[in-house]
Amino acid sequence: METSYRVIVAPGRTEKNYWSDLWHFRELFYILSWRDVKVRYKQTAIGVAWAVLRPLLTMVILTVVFGKVAGMKLESSAPYAIMVFAGLLPWQFFSSALTGASESLITNSNLLSKVYFPRLIVPASAIITSFVDFLISFVILVGLMAYYGYPPTWRVLVLPFFTLLAFLQAFGFGLYLATLNVKYRDFRYVIPFIVQVGMYVAPIGFSSSAIPDRWRPLYNANPVVAVIDGFRWSIIGQSWSASSSVYLTVSVVFTLSVLGYALHRFRAMEQTFADTI
Amino acid sequence: MKNSVITATGLGKRYFIGHERRESYTALRDVLVNRARAVMDRISRVWSPGSAHVSGRVIEEFWALQGLDFEIARGDAVGIIGRNGAGKSTLLKVLSRITEPTRGQAEINGRLASLLEVGTGFHPELTGRENIFLNGAILGMSRSEIRARFDEIVEFSGVEKFLDTPVKRFSSGMYVRLAFSVAAHLSSEILIVDEVLAVGDADFQKKCLGKMGDATREQGRTVLFVSHNMLAIQQLCNRGMVLERGRLKFHGNVSDAVACYSKRESRDYSFQAIVIPDIELVVTSIQINAERSGIVHPHQEMVIDIEIECRRDVDRIGIELLISSPDVNGIVFATNTKTRKGLDVLLRKGRNRVTCRIDKLNLCSGRYSLGFGIDIPFVSFYFYERDLLDFVVEETVAPPCLLPTIPAYGRVYLDHEFHVESGG
Repeated sequence: METSYRVIVAPGRTEKNYWSDLWHFRELFYILSWRDVKVRYKQTAIGVAWAVLRPLLTMVILTVVFGKVAGMKLESSAPYAIMVFAGLLPWQFFSSALTGASESLITNSNLLSKVYFPRLIVPASAIITSFVDFLISFVILVGLMAYYGYPPTWRVLVLPFFTLLAFLQAFGFGLYLATLNVKYRDFRYVIPFIVQVGMYVAPIGFSSSAIPDRWRPLYNANPVVAVIDGFRWSIIGQSWSASSSVYLTVSVVFTLSVLGYALHRFRAMEQTFADTI
Repeated sequence: MKNSVITATGLGKRYFIGHERRESYTALRDVLVNRARAVMDRISRVWSPGSAHVSGRVIEEFWALQGLDFEIARGDAVGIIGRNGAGKSTLLKVLSRITEPTRGQAEINGRLASLLEVGTGFHPELTGRENIFLNGAILGMSRSEIRARFDEIVEFSGVEKFLDTPVKRFSSGMYVRLAFSVAAHLSSEILIVDEVLAVGDADFQKKCLGKMGDATREQGRTVLFVSHNMLAIQQLCNRGMVLERGRLKFHGNVSDAVACYSKRESRDYSFQAIVIPDIELVVTSIQINAERSGIVHPHQEMVIDIEIECRRDVDRIGIELLISSPDVNGIVFATNTKTRKGLDVLLRKGRNRVTCRIDKLNLCSGRYSLGFGIDIPFVSFYFYERDLLDFVVEETVAPPCLLPTIPAYGRVYLDHEFHVESGG
């Protein structure tokens, strides 16, 4: 028995032992993530098959629409389908993580009002579910590359870095949207719209090179673009210029600032979640 | 006191209540609309500087808890008593860190688990086994602790056969049993239990509370227990705290605490005189069961005494009494002197006493409000207030059971009898 466990409840006190609390509650984080993953694959009638079908069907549609109907060309020798899938992979992770994290506080409101734990655990564990989907999609990508006989190069080794960047982006934006969602309950109608528009604004069905050069700076203001370009660079060897590095740096800085700001807002709001939710 | 596990000093919690809207959350739409309105107001004030400006939303502060100082010693079982809205739940929430206090502080020595709801976080899609781990983790047990006690929990719940069935297929009884069992095996040194435990079947409740009682006596654990059931409080607790409008009114021996609470439950309603200038009368007091102390019991007599002072004789008025239930947000019963006594109720100049006697109070246990009105029959009301006084109807519980058995539930108790003809 841990008789030495001692807590002081006072205004502003949770601030001080927040990070040690987060460590203390890590098991809850594991178990909530595990619950979300488990429930996700249990609830949908076809379970895991859905995680396979969804990216696959989206890829087929995008390939047909952009590759065949619109007749977009590629600079690299990669099959259009793989190019699309390499972009779809981070985007689907980002969009589902964003949606999941932003709704997580509301869907777990009964927990928030009945038990104490660092609230950061909830949106974080929501992202884990999307990450499992991402891993499944990745296996599909490997299958696709085998099917087309398109072997990976050493550049694939850089992929974890871009994955981490996508993770941080989803967490930063998701966290911020989650706080907004608690405060303004009608905000959740905006999120599917953001995701839907993002699908067309980001280079998913087409390559970034299809964008005229003079529009590129504006286009790359979207931090997700750098991640998608990074994925394509590692997987299909899409060209990497000096300006690509600049865009990547901007995206990293932007992502970290958003994450920092979102954490700050979340921590400031956290204390009132139980009262307002 | 060195042995204290909880020390609170000047603990206070403030909430803001908006009067315009009931919802606790805002909609972005409303914020935008309000901002636009504020801008419009400013413009219109420029145009007509003389007009008064009334701000749209009135926000009032409300202290759910105020200046609480107390110490709770290790191994004590403390019953927290108070009327609805006295701050019991807020106190539990502050101590279990769900919400921060606005002022003061509380020092807690030891791991604290709070049970404000049975089966918090239970997921219907997951199996019994999975939910034991999930619920245990939510209540603050580590996986190794749950694993160590797993068999004990399962055996205690008596749902071994359904361990691998999703709990959505459980009967509500099984669900509650499983949830209780996890809670009963918590290993924290301090346990906070809200009224939630008053569900489930009586035998199982007894078993559960027995288990918790053992923990207090044998392992020196501390229990904070909130309930409206004085019998349960008296049997489980050795200390009592009475809260009244966010302040600590009494802290000490449990029987003194119950006595202190019961006294004010029946008499001192903080009733404020009702002045009705139109007919020049003042209602000076309304009392329920004035001579008896304690809570109203079902199937017994309930007497409502009303004292009215008049400046002059008053006729052609009706006196209305109503009983409503905050739980169902509806009126359970309403009556008026005009239907029972005709229109000629005449109050004389001076002191008048109106008594309403209900021979048998056919209400099920729960919280009720007494409402009161004075009207010109079929025309209009001089005064009408639906929730004037609160009272609690409480089932007397047979001693071996700690928590209220629920022989019948609902709002109205109908006299009835069962006849069973078993097949021969």
